[in-house]
Amino acid sequence: MSIRDNAWQMAAALNNKEISAVELTNQHYEQINAVDKDVHAFLYLDKEGALLQAKEVDKKRAAGERLSPLAGVPLALKDVMTQKDVPTTCGSKILENWRPPYDSTVVTKLKDAGVIILGKTNMDEFAMGSSTENSAFGPTHNPWDLTRIPGGSGGGSSASLAAFEAPLAIGTDTGGSIRQPAAVTGTVGVKPTYGGVSRYGLVAFSSSLDQAGPCARTVLDAALLHQVIAGFDPKDSTSINQALPDVVAATKKLDIKGMKIGVVKQLAGEGYQKGVENKFNEAIAELVKLGAEIIELSCPNFEYALAAYYLIAPSECSSNLARFDSIRFGLRVGDDKVKSAEEVMNLTRQAGFGREVKRRIILGTYALSSGYYDAYYGSAQKVRTLIKQDFDNAFAKCDVLVSPTAPTTAFKIGEKSNDPLAMYLNDIATIPVNMAGIGGMSLPCGLAEEDNLPVGFQIMSPAMKDDRMYLVGGALEAALLSKWGKPILDFAPKLAGSK
Amino acid sequence: MSLNYDSALEIYEPTLGLEVHVELNTNSKMFCGCATEFGAQPNTQTCPVCLGLPGSLPVVNKRAIESTILIGLALNCSIAPFSRFARKNYFYPDMPKNFQTSQYDEPICVNGSLDVEIETDEGNKVFKVEIERVHMEEDTGKSLHVGGSTGRIHGADYSLLDYNRAGIPLVEIVTKIVPNTGKYAPLVARGYVAALRDILRSLKVSDVKMEQGSLRCDVNLSLSKRGSGVLGTRSETKNVNSLRSVERAVTGEIVRQANRLQSGEKVVQETRHFLEESGQTRPGRSKEQAEDYRYFPEPDLVPVAPDGKWIEELRKSLPEKPAERRKRLQQAWAVPDKEMRAMVNAELLDTVEQTVLLGADPTRARSWWLGEISRIANERSVLPTDLITVSDVAQIIELITKGELTDKLARQVVEGVIAKEGTPSQVIAKRSLKVVSDDSQLMKAIAEAIAAAPETAQKVRDGNIPAAGALIGAVMKLTGGQADAARVRQLLLKHLGQ
Ligand SMILES: [Zn+2]
Repeated sequence: MSIRDNAWQMAAALNNKEISAVELTNQHYEQINAVDKDVHAFLYLDKEGALLQAKEVDKKRAAGERLSPLAGVPLALKDVMTQKDVPTTCGSKILENWRPPYDSTVVTKLKDAGVIILGKTNMDEFAMGSSTENSAFGPTHNPWDLTRIPGGSGGGSSASLAAFEAPLAIGTDTGGSIRQPAAVTGTVGVKPTYGGVSRYGLVAFSSSLDQAGPCARTVLDAALLHQVIAGFDPKDSTSINQALPDVVAATKKLDIKGMKIGVVKQLAGEGYQKGVENKFNEAIAELVKLGAEIIELSCPNFEYALAAYYLIAPSECSSNLARFDSIRFGLRVGDDKVKSAEEVMNLTRQAGFGREVKRRIILGTYALSSGYYDAYYGSAQKVRTLIKQDFDNAFAKCDVLVSPTAPTTAFKIGEKSNDPLAMYLNDIATIPVNMAGIGGMSLPCGLAEEDNLPVGFQIMSPAMKDDRMYLVGGALEAALLSKWGKPILDFAPKLAGSK
Repeated sequence: MSLNYDSALEIYEPTLGLEVHVELNTNSKMFCGCATEFGAQPNTQTCPVCLGLPGSLPVVNKRAIESTILIGLALNCSIAPFSRFARKNYFYPDMPKNFQTSQYDEPICVNGSLDVEIETDEGNKVFKVEIERVHMEEDTGKSLHVGGSTGRIHGADYSLLDYNRAGIPLVEIVTKIVPNTGKYAPLVARGYVAALRDILRSLKVSDVKMEQGSLRCDVNLSLSKRGSGVLGTRSETKNVNSLRSVERAVTGEIVRQANRLQSGEKVVQETRHFLEESGQTRPGRSKEQAEDYRYFPEPDLVPVAPDGKWIEELRKSLPEKPAERRKRLQQAWAVPDKEMRAMVNAELLDTVEQTVLLGADPTRARSWWLGEISRIANERSVLPTDLITVSDVAQIIELITKGELTDKLARQVVEGVIAKEGTPSQVIAKRSLKVVSDDSQLMKAIAEAIAAAPETAQKVRDGNIPAAGALIGAVMKLTGGQADAARVRQLLLKHLGQ
């Protein structure tokens, strides 16, 4: 048993009593102690809570109780999900030291399944960003190259997997925040169908786009975690009252003969790094070898997806983030018993929010203003409908759609931090999935020849047909593993002090 | 020269618009499971959802939707097959999310009407008030601003916030403009709110207690010069919280606006506050500096799409309309108009009906509840039904009808029951309040009375029948009021040869 094992292997070892949950948890904390000073994947470690949870699982196992498949396996939780009495900052000063009085539904499900929550991972403030540089608590570093970004907003979750600090993680994906970090760290990330996983306790950035999902080092691990967190939740009215298809069975099937796989013409070409396109095409060749039929498809409205996204997401965030006003929780600045409530609210929001968050609040406030609403928010909603139609048309001709996950490999920390538009372009291939509310997965498909950094392969499946992306992802992963001879993370340089 | 009400109306024609907010009496809040009880300790009925804590999400209370559909159906509205909530964005400390979740351009009920009957010098008149929309929203928390002179947030030393009210379901009922009410505008406004309140009460969807704020009314009023056909600028008087205040607010605004216009000033489009003491309004926030609420569809909630079958079931379950019920009862009980109105105004119609349903005579039931019992209740500033139960009153009336109690004795029984001396029969026993029905006992008293006033007795013998009154009074006194006066009169006149 090693911390480099996959989650399902750890689960098997726990089940065979080769290792206890407490030992496994401690091993991960040792790794975190060794490498996280360099990686900075975590914002908070709940060692006490995690070990208590691990002890509980060990006790139950010893008593012969029936346990969930992932019981005792550690996990890193993105700091945007509430966990009772554990600080939840969303990477923002405005929530520094806030301890929620309740568990998010995802956390409740994880706890019920005996998954050990090691701590909270770093992220772009309120999930706004593609590099984790917008965290108020400093950036996370990509374990492949510490001078590079781990993607964002969920850079902490993906980096923790690539650095073997945790075998599983939870991310949230509004425009690519699970998939793009997975792509640039050589890990797997899945954005489930919108409504497939409860948003209760996910601190909202953009309610109609946000979705929590599993992050892991293999497709099977992601599927196992997906099954734990999915399901209808009466506390979330947008959650879908329909069972998740069997994604674990789909992953294990490894047979995609005759499947129709659509390549989206619009998600390639200009702006895409050469090495990214090459690795993507090599993966397509593998799919052909496995017997899939490749169809080139056009989704003409994807061109407007990024523009529409940057109206809808900021509009919703301008309203969602209004509650951070110092009155009931979080930071309070300037309360000298003289200043008015309004002044204190203003000062708090000025001091508590970072630049990118303020930029988007202003953008959204403007887009929703009377006189501009129709031209901006209204038009963006129309584009959203057109994007859905593009997907409907495409899925009438094929089973899944594929594209590179991100146009480039991991860039240098600081490289794009003063150019928001360049930063936004990172999500150009991931955003359409959120706009349509469908499922999307990123898995590694090789290392770009220019920089030897991982490239992500995106698979998109229709709403509530999440099993299809697992089916294709599982088969492709197996083919690539046998081609490479070892997991992609074994090509990464070893971190100082790492096991 | 300033205009009074009558002279103002010679020159100007008022146009009304009424917005009524009703707190529903659901057990839980609009978007969470918290209790809605009135008067609980501050901040004890809260949770992550109604406190707007990060990560929390709303879920629509199905009961609130049902109540709102019932209201819409009772007001002859059409029920939208698809309606949505929106967010109304503005910052205020008692607004947990700094937006209010409210229906906006896609309300659940539209295009209804309510007939309002008012009493005038020219007889009863009916005005059809058209309803534009009925929609759902959530209430805000409550702020108490401490210190400062105005009780408003500006100038206060500090503010206390209670979020128990935050998220309580509210229904807003908005009329279309109500034209051509002329001098009856104040009465139509009052009559509308009263009729609406009766309907809401009959639907059992709200406590409709204006004094506790579970029914609040905003009065919109504008004036146009007679014959001009041009609508004037309107003012909006907020939170008028009694029927009488609604009437006074309209009267006050007609006079205020007419005088402004007459002196060449403009009416400002603004929110105004009603002042109970003076019946005047004072300006609040001006609409010109009004905030832009940046409404947009609430992404955390799916649209409300009530099933057609459900709506039809609700339609079938609607109770009898209050106005129709009133007509039916008035006919059945043979009550004159004036007494009927008195009963309705005193809000005793239900109580009288319940008493009648227990077998009491309708006329007696009405006169006891509106007379003696209401008088005592008024003295003590309580409700008549707080003093005595319907069944006690029905029992007392039954004894009167059987001749076992006189009205005078019955008053003592009522007094005893109110004083918590026991049930009517216990009070009768304790106070020995039985009617003296033994003729020989009465004859003894009659003889005694005649002996004490022989001249009066002679007058009666001589045919002066009215003179008998004094003798009857004396007999009643001698029997301690326990005799049946009619029987005494009969015996006395016979005894004196009449
Ligand atoms: Zn609540």
